[in-house]
Amino acid sequence: MSNPTVEVRQLVTHYGDRMILKGIDLSVEDGEIMVIMGGSGSGKSTLFNHLLGLLHPTSGTVRLLGYDMNTATPLGLLDMRQKIGVAFQSGALLSSLTVAENIMLPLREHTDLDRRTMEIIARLKLEVVNLAGFGDLMPAELSGGMIKRAALARAIAMDPRVLFCDEPSAGLDPAVSSAIDELILKLREAMGMTIIVVTHDLDSAFRIADRICVLDGGEIIALGSKEEVRASENPRVQNLLNRRSPDATLDRDAFLRRLVGEA
Amino acid sequence: MNRDAVIGFCERLGRATVHWLDEIGFSAHLLGECLYWLVAGRRRRQPVRLWAIFQQAREIGVDALPILTVLTFTIGVMLAIQGIYSLRAFGAESRVATGIALSVVREFSSLITGILVAGRSGSALAARLGTMKINQEIDALTVMGIEPVRYLVAPPLVAMTLMVPLLTMWSHLVALSAAGLYVSHDLEITFGAYISQVIEALRLTDLFHGLAKSVIFAILITLVGVVNGASVTGGAEGVGRMTTRSVVHAISAIVITDMIFAFAVTR
Repeated sequence: MSNPTVEVRQLVTHYGDRMILKGIDLSVEDGEIMVIMGGSGSGKSTLFNHLLGLLHPTSGTVRLLGYDMNTATPLGLLDMRQKIGVAFQSGALLSSLTVAENIMLPLREHTDLDRRTMEIIARLKLEVVNLAGFGDLMPAELSGGMIKRAALARAIAMDPRVLFCDEPSAGLDPAVSSAIDELILKLREAMGMTIIVVTHDLDSAFRIADRICVLDGGEIIALGSKEEVRASENPRVQNLLNRRSPDATLDRDAFLRRLVGEA
Repeated sequence: MNRDAVIGFCERLGRATVHWLDEIGFSAHLLGECLYWLVAGRRRRQPVRLWAIFQQAREIGVDALPILTVLTFTIGVMLAIQGIYSLRAFGAESRVATGIALSVVREFSSLITGILVAGRSGSALAARLGTMKINQEIDALTVMGIEPVRYLVAPPLVAMTLMVPLLTMWSHLVALSAAGLYVSHDLEITFGAYISQVIEALRLTDLFHGLAKSVIFAILITLVGVVNGASVTGGAEGVGRMTTRSVVHAISAIVITDMIFAFAVTR
């Protein structure tokens, strides 16, 4: 297949007057695990939302499975959305439905399967994420790690071709977070999905990634295999990898102006 | 008054007006989108589910019956007491049934029902949507290919426009009967005589007057709830703030619309 699964071209976005993404070019190949990494405020969440078509860019294009997010017809977008799965950072399970009903939701809305079949699929997906037997609980009754796994189960309910995960390990203890990393690797192996993970967790990024894209200040500062990113000579990349805070190069006059509120 | 204060006031007034117009525009857009999904949803593979409408109808309508019955019973008795008291001044208390019938059917039933539903269901709608928004649940629906307006707004809108008029008719029955119990006891006429006076006083247009208003109230309550829920920012505190705001706005909208409607139609 010549077309990449995800293709971002010259993506520029603003939040109010502030430019968030400054011309992002990124493509993700079929079957690849791409990790988008960056610190807080680097623009990675914004990029994630643009990949999903939740935000409209100022300029540039996002293509997902060949569909252009800005110009695709509503039915085209609907077709595309049935081929992707998304696990949000907070899980975003519908709180009024049980875990199993959450997993069945896309099936119920997009397929004509009968209820028995959908229940079997839901149980199957819960088995995959090691949550067997928790289907009848409400999302509020689950722990943080269980919510993330349930969200993954819902994301793969329709056997998507592309899986998006936002901060799959944020806020979890190391053991649970590494279990989720294993799960992501297992999913790729078993189903051959293309997986895009947004994270700020270095360990998990280097464990699961085929390629890593490092964002900082709305720009891609490194893009390539783990080794290439590690070998990057960009000081901002090294700061991030070595958990150093950026050098505080202080312009005294500018600092004074900021303090008195003139800047 | 100095110049800055005047300019500041004008600026705030302007901003408030723009914000207000923005919300009205958003409501109109939502209403249009709901109608679109109701008509064309099936063709667009975004059908508005019947079971979702039923579920909402139960929450909005059936679950409200006990409290509505209590309230409208009370209002009926209250109207009878006050009606007899004020008509006694002219020695015309025997005509009280006419006054009760017209004020219940044209005014009180739809108003009380609207206010009650705004407090019970309008606020619940705002709180639910607000919580869903801050939990990214609405984004989750969108990326699953489920249109949030079709899934979350259209069912309560339909349920509300069905249930509020039905509840209003129920409160006609309860309020008129409650008033009848008091009147027949106080004026020593039979309940049957009271009922025939009520029926004589009412014309079909009076009934339509009340029901038409209740349909408008239903749409107002839904839209105000949804607009406030969708505007939630800033976590749980924001949900609380917008829920309160939705109740205040819905009740204000109901009372003001009621006056405008009466002014435009009755005279």
